[in-house]
Amino acid sequence: MAVWRHKHLLGLADLTAEEIELVLSLAGPCKEIFGREIKKLPTLRGKTVITLFFEPSTRTRTSFEVAAKWLGADVVNLSVAQSSVAKGESFIDTAKTVEAAGADVIVVRHAIAGAAKLLAETVRCSVINAGDGAHEHPTQGLLDLYTIKERKGGFHGLRVVIVGDIMHSRVARSDIWGLTKLGAKVTVVGPPTLMPPGIETLGVEVAYELDAALARADGVNVLRLQLERQKKGLFPSVREYARLYGMNAERARRLPPDALIMHPGPTNLGVEITEEAACDPRAVITTQVSNGVAVRMALLYLLAGGKEDGLLS
Amino acid sequence: MDYCLKGGFVVDPVTQRQGKLDVLIRDGRIAAVGPELDPAGAEVFPVAGLHILPGLVDMHVHLREPGREDEETIATGLAAAAAGGFTAVAAMPNTDPALDNPALIAFVLAQAERVGGVRLCAVGCLTKGQRGEEMAELGELVRGGAVAFSNDGVPLPNAEILRLAMEYSKIFGLPILLHAQDAHIGREGVMHEGRWSTVLGLPGIPALAEEVAVARDLLLAAATGAAVHIQHVSTAGAVAMIRQAKEQGIKVTAEATPHHLILTDAAVAAYDTNTKVNPPLRSEADRAALREGLTDGTIDVIASDHAPHTLEEKHREFALAPDGMVGLETSLGLVLTELVRPGLLSLDEMVMKMAVNPRRILGLPEGSLTPGLPADLTVVDLERTWRVDPGLFRSKAKNTPFAGRELVGKAVATFVGGRLVHRE
Repeated sequence: MAVWRHKHLLGLADLTAEEIELVLSLAGPCKEIFGREIKKLPTLRGKTVITLFFEPSTRTRTSFEVAAKWLGADVVNLSVAQSSVAKGESFIDTAKTVEAAGADVIVVRHAIAGAAKLLAETVRCSVINAGDGAHEHPTQGLLDLYTIKERKGGFHGLRVVIVGDIMHSRVARSDIWGLTKLGAKVTVVGPPTLMPPGIETLGVEVAYELDAALARADGVNVLRLQLERQKKGLFPSVREYARLYGMNAERARRLPPDALIMHPGPTNLGVEITEEAACDPRAVITTQVSNGVAVRMALLYLLAGGKEDGLLS
Repeated sequence: MDYCLKGGFVVDPVTQRQGKLDVLIRDGRIAAVGPELDPAGAEVFPVAGLHILPGLVDMHVHLREPGREDEETIATGLAAAAAGGFTAVAAMPNTDPALDNPALIAFVLAQAERVGGVRLCAVGCLTKGQRGEEMAELGELVRGGAVAFSNDGVPLPNAEILRLAMEYSKIFGLPILLHAQDAHIGREGVMHEGRWSTVLGLPGIPALAEEVAVARDLLLAAATGAAVHIQHVSTAGAVAMIRQAKEQGIKVTAEATPHHLILTDAAVAAYDTNTKVNPPLRSEADRAALREGLTDGTIDVIASDHAPHTLEEKHREFALAPDGMVGLETSLGLVLTELVRPGLLSLDEMVMKMAVNPRRILGLPEGSLTPGLPADLTVVDLERTWRVDPGLFRSKAKNTPFAGRELVGKAVATFVGGRLVHRE
């Protein structure tokens, strides 16, 4: 079994397949806690986790908070409005302040790629990247992997389609690193204007047409469309995007009967996914949220130096 | 003071004179070059084992004065130039305020005069306030002492304004130094668009951003007959177009920076903001094409695009850090180590690209050790091994991605007009 050697989690690009499997294997027991009457464990008692979010987030921040609290840690949430950044408040300053306030782990989200790494270079405590620009969102990647493994048993030979704005998506990048390392076949689908150059060098196939890709998919991850991309002229209209790349009931019918429909949330219902498709029995969107708590518990435990067998004891 | 440089090895591609020769400097000019010269009262300056080159010129630097004296001043910038072996620099006009009138040109020249070391060649703005909207008073800038015009740092979205400026510049016969970059393609980009920008999740600047502008600017140069110089060429496509333009007889010259000749976009992998530069570090294929352009003569000049920034400006999120790296004190060492030593460029060719061609483009006295010419010369120890330590820079700024790199070859003495402005 792999040994965890990382002080920080900045991206799935930095993990080996064995290390990813280690997190997933620990997330299983964590998920059992959902069924318990009393969910609080003493594992991280006395530790302080500070979430430092420079971008709005509900589910990721809440998920980290629940995970840390169930493990017994104290949690402080700090949302830094973009306006204070605009006012000239330095990221490095804020980071040092948060560390000096006693953080053992900082969970950071920032609009700029590389910000989590800059934080990790600045502070002595552990840093978890909760999304940095279009770079990575490794815990989302882990929860997507866990969800697939839970339903499919493994990854080898699985065909996973990621559809949407690949260019600006940190979720897509973390999913690609994780899935390809674990042996799945990934096809990314979206308009060429939202497809980053050289993405095929990460070991994925690129397609501009969704229907053909869906027919053979074991799972499809539908990315959220940031509506402001349209204003920059990257695609002509939301209506046209929804018709070409939206997940709807008709496309759900093309999916194999045992395929998964995933979405990192929050959904723009009627844009990248219709309500009907989101409520399809194969959709696992709310399961992903619960699994997010489980993988984040496993990760916090590993970063705090926990041993493989000591999690629930 | 008069000097007699004794025992050195002279490299002078213009006269094709090369060998172990002494150089006598009298009254600021080269008085004689020959074997075993009689110092005749001049101070003997021993240079045994060292090479004597015509004074190097960095025709692309930013000295930040006036306006950003916290980043660099003319005094610190010229001190850095002297330490790097340069006898003259061309200072770009994107200061604050931008150098778009003769008073500002005069101010910059006076500041340099006060320093009294390395020569400063002032470049004037091509458009008023560098806004790209209307032509600057080019004639007034020439009267103030400008030797060239440039839009450096700012794309020119309006081709008609550039066309008119090219036509008008023919009155003066001075070159237009062009920062060729499309105003819209990759506007939000912060690094080269390619596999690395995709992996790092950073917005990209495609090679096309440069190539679309180079194509346009070459067409305008061909139509107007103006002399244009393409600054910091970074892409394979731009090299190919400039090569073709030269074959067609268009009056175009081009420069490349040491960092584009040595690094690629892979250097950005750790989000080191010292690798953030515009144009961005490009792909392996682009670097190979630049090197080919350098050896076949398409690229005439190596210039550093010395761009000082404070630690505070650079120590922050990658996308928010300003573009640029310092180069004056590493340029020669990098070129000697990475291009001359491996045999990509001969020492003669290096002297052409770092001394002779920039002087010809800017209309300065010839870069040669010919009696009668001003005694601007650079003495180089080709065997000196040293490590880049930004803490030792004369420049105010320390923003270099080459910190800690071991280099072989260094300027050990710099003479400007017969005056020793740097010695180690």
